Amino acid sequence: MDIFKIIDKFQQIDGDAIGRLEYASRRHFMNRIGSKLASAAIPMAFASIVNKAFAQSAGAIDVLNYALTLEYLEDEFYKAGNAAAGLIPASDKVIFTQIGKHETQHVAFLVKALGAKAITKPSFDFTYKGGFADIFSNYKTFVTVSSALEDTGVRAYKGQAGALQMDPQILEYALQVHSVEARHAAVARRLAAAQLGNPAMKGWITGKEGAVPAIYAGEENMTQGGVNLKGLASKSDAAVTEAFDEPLTKEAVLAIAGPFIKP
Amino acid sequence: MNKNTDTKNSSGKREGEIASVVNRRLFLRSAGLATSLGTIVIAAACSDDDHDPMIPGTGDAVDLGSGDIGVLNYAYALEQLEAAFYIQVITTPYMGMSDAEKAILTDIRDHEVIHRDFFKAALGDKAIKGLTPNFGAIDFSKRDAVLGAAKLFEDTGVAAYNGAGKLIKDPNYLLLAGKIVSVEARHAAVIRDLINPKSADFAGDDILDANGMDKAVAPADILAAVKGFVKDTITGANVGK
Repeated sequence: MDIFKIIDKFQQIDGDAIGRLEYASRRHFMNRIGSKLASAAIPMAFASIVNKAFAQSAGAIDVLNYALTLEYLEDEFYKAGNAAAGLIPASDKVIFTQIGKHETQHVAFLVKALGAKAITKPSFDFTYKGGFADIFSNYKTFVTVSSALEDTGVRAYKGQAGALQMDPQILEYALQVHSVEARHAAVARRLAAAQLGNPAMKGWITGKEGAVPAIYAGEENMTQGGVNLKGLASKSDAAVTEAFDEPLTKEAVLAIAGPFIKP
Repeated sequence: MNKNTDTKNSSGKREGEIASVVNRRLFLRSAGLATSLGTIVIAAACSDDDHDPMIPGTGDAVDLGSGDIGVLNYAYALEQLEAAFYIQVITTPYMGMSDAEKAILTDIRDHEVIHRDFFKAALGDKAIKGLTPNFGAIDFSKRDAVLGAAKLFEDTGVAAYNGAGKLIKDPNYLLLAGKIVSVEARHAAVIRDLINPKSADFAGDDILDANGMDKAVAPADILAAVKGFVKDTITGANVGK
């Protein structure tokens, strides 16, 4: 954890962050270590700066908790998958270990950002009420669900960008996670395509091609910025749909993810 | 946070006029090092010592403009470079390009051309001119050089879109940028997996931070990082303002 980078980030939001930290430090030293009040000053000053950095609107808190729900789901999914003996072939272990690491990091970041406002982790049913009964014993099922979760994650974050415009720093964090989910999705899709023997499924989404068709509704969209791009640059419809990923509303995502979450 | 590198100061006042290519290269390399892209730029600047990828643009001066138009022109400029790069990759395939690799690189070319033409159409008469790329430093006959450059362009594109998001005012443009950046991230992951198959590099620790996040880099730093690849001198001081 790079403390200077963190302070730099806060400095962008709160120009006086360094000043306040210095003030707190001076008080600390002037009062010596003996004073409990003084030693409390640093964490308090820091906490108030952190608070300001994450001074979320109510809307942003909803978005972050929504993101946290999905990250909890992904994190638990990869923890279970990576721990399941004989599930992931040795050749693909590195990939899923890396993906799992990121989901754990995303959860930790969101929990810290939300503080007391963070939701508690739900309990999950990865069999999807029986739809994926062999999820942690059949690699084909596992990569199918992995690709679907990652693509849904990309769509979910994308769908919330507009809701974070009033919180530019949080918007930026969300974008930084969004593109990582897309990196995951590309690789998971290629692994799933190989397992399913489906060459039409590439790292990018052609039309609404994917291992779990129901979650790709709308990906075949050809209209961007109010203009139908059919025939643009003499490229195929397939290429036009691949060139743009499509968002999902929170309601649509929760409808997809709902069966994973135990009531 | 690094500020724009001041060319006049850093190149040693009027002495800059007689600076050798070596000196300019050294200066621009350190300018590259100073950007937030860190290792990406180092890799680019050091990738080929036989060429000088960092000679300043000899083409036209191009101002991206201000506000959302500036952001769209910024994206248009980057997409122009990416499209030109992949067009060249497919026109002169590197030695030993497999069918699978050609299919992937052709797909990516098509996506970038679509992005380029989409921005051009969306901007209408506010669009900047067609840029003149400078790929003299890239040996298109070599797989390593081409995939290395592709990785650089894709990672840079992701960082650029991520950094531009908060500068956009119109939510429709923000969504459009979001629709494109995830495709660039997919490209980056697949290119990285071609370079080092089945490794963690597709979302490697070299590019992500300890929070599992991609980079978000401001326009000034991105423009400094790509200036060696374009002959025109691009200024984006008012992008998003």
